Amino acid sequence: MPLHIIACVKQVPDPEAPASAFKVDEAAKKVTPAAGVASVVSQFDALAVEAALRVKDVASDAKITIVSMGPAAARDAIKHSLAMGADEGVLLTDNAFENGDSYTTALVLSKAIQKIGDFDLLLFGRQATDWDAGVVGSGVAEILGLPSVSIAKAVAVQDGKVVVERVLMEGYDTVEAPLPCAVTISNELGEPRYPKLQQIMQAARKQVSVWSAADLGLDASQVGAQGVRLNLERLYQPVSEVECEVMEGETPDEKAQKLAQRLREEKII
Amino acid sequence: MSNSSGILVIAEVSGNAVASISTEVLGAARRLADQTGQPVQAALLGSGVEGLAKDLIAFGADQVYVVDDPLLAKYSTDGYLAALEKVNAQASPAVILAGQTDMGRDLIPRLAFRLGSSAAMDCLSVTAQDGKLVAERPCYGGNARAVNSFKMSPAVATIRSKAQDPLERNDSRQGQVVKVDAGLDAAAIRDKVTAHQEVAEEGIRLEDAEVVVAGGRGIGSAEGFAALEELAKALGGAVGATRAACDSGWRPVAEQIGLTGKIVGPTLYFAIGLSGSSQHMAGCSGSKNIIAINKDPEAIVFKASRFGIVEDYKKVMPALLEACKKLKA
Repeated sequence: MPLHIIACVKQVPDPEAPASAFKVDEAAKKVTPAAGVASVVSQFDALAVEAALRVKDVASDAKITIVSMGPAAARDAIKHSLAMGADEGVLLTDNAFENGDSYTTALVLSKAIQKIGDFDLLLFGRQATDWDAGVVGSGVAEILGLPSVSIAKAVAVQDGKVVVERVLMEGYDTVEAPLPCAVTISNELGEPRYPKLQQIMQAARKQVSVWSAADLGLDASQVGAQGVRLNLERLYQPVSEVECEVMEGETPDEKAQKLAQRLREEKII
Repeated sequence: MSNSSGILVIAEVSGNAVASISTEVLGAARRLADQTGQPVQAALLGSGVEGLAKDLIAFGADQVYVVDDPLLAKYSTDGYLAALEKVNAQASPAVILAGQTDMGRDLIPRLAFRLGSSAAMDCLSVTAQDGKLVAERPCYGGNARAVNSFKMSPAVATIRSKAQDPLERNDSRQGQVVKVDAGLDAAAIRDKVTAHQEVAEEGIRLEDAEVVVAGGRGIGSAEGFAALEELAKALGGAVGATRAACDSGWRPVAEQIGLTGKIVGPTLYFAIGLSGSSQHMAGCSGSKNIIAINKDPEAIVFKASRFGIVEDYKKVMPALLEACKKLKA
């Protein structure tokens, strides 16, 4: 049986956009979409797709399905992943999904994964680069009763097991778990491959299904704003209290000496 | 659910001692307990760890639930989840706290879901408001802060390293030790560690250093970091790097400072040739004094720095090294 890998991706505002473009609407408890800031595949999720493709580089008959929950525009995140080399996509979109939390996201993804069925490996980014929570990947594993390994720098499949190099603060562990299994991917995996133009064109012909809450057997009370387990009480931008003292001087040497002098004056050194 | 009471801290062991992050989380738990009149409980999991229960009491725990089992000698997701389910059933806490560590990141989301709740991760603070737990955490790479409350019980959260202070150790504090039988089934522990690779960090640990000299993309090469190494050496500190510098292979991953790397809070943090992206600043914003050296006057790092030099670092480092050596002489 060929391996079936499902990789979940989220579309987020580009975190590399200048911080000056970032604005929070406190009344709406949302980030104001900034003009000119692109939507991209969340960085660690792109690496999850890359991890899937590296498994497929070795097991060439493997199938990769991309799943994304989001607004209609999230289709672009799926298309990019298909252009990287994935085979099929599923877009989960419904007004009822809006303003959810990590739990409702995990629930929706879990239902979609169960509906797709027959999978061996679930891959996720370790955290989304907007909310930075790091809950969904492991959360899906918990809902589906699967083993999970988090923060991976390498993933391989051998004899019905997944073999993962898991990043630790002081090194790494090699962890094995039976399939089906969920793994979350970290930046130490490396760089995601860039689609070539031909692959981008081919991606347009790959199948993308679109499912709503009803297609997943979920009603509005279970998902989105009604289904959250964490309430968002407030969202705000912390104000920096720091005023930078820039060293003056005719030459770089003078500036360096001035800095040392200031550090001594302030009793820092 | 209305019968649940208590703040349960999942303690971690480092070497043969309680990990310092756990003393910090206990401090946060104690402050919550003082606000709400609830007890502080600790869960101590491992093999041959019972002797550490007294340390948890000295750092603020009223009760320590010890699960001592050879199957818990090394962390495993399934093993520790099963053991903590047992502890939760006995302790019935209203709040569960852990550190945002290798273990916390892996364990807490699953534990929270298993208990019918969800988790707020990497929190800077947890407080009680009108009898309910409120957690504040950074998001959007540190550009924003979210304040969350919990619909379900127990409320579960991880706390960022160095965000909370531990209590003063007090060996005369009294507390109870409760032994819990995990009843673990080895066959049910699906994840197995088959190898471990320690990355030897030379010299002082980044998280412990009082001085950190960090470089980013602007250093330009692995060789460029030699100047930073010399400055760190002269000041008795450690070298750090941005994700970009590590991804380029200029510095080892163990030196990466940032949201997905190490979190440091030294007295002095040199931010050299790095722009100050919020993902990086999330790792060093706890520093007492940040000094930025960058040739771009618009670099956002200057907005977070107490002192700055607008110059190409290569032009500044020789004189800075000499001046710092003189200060330390």
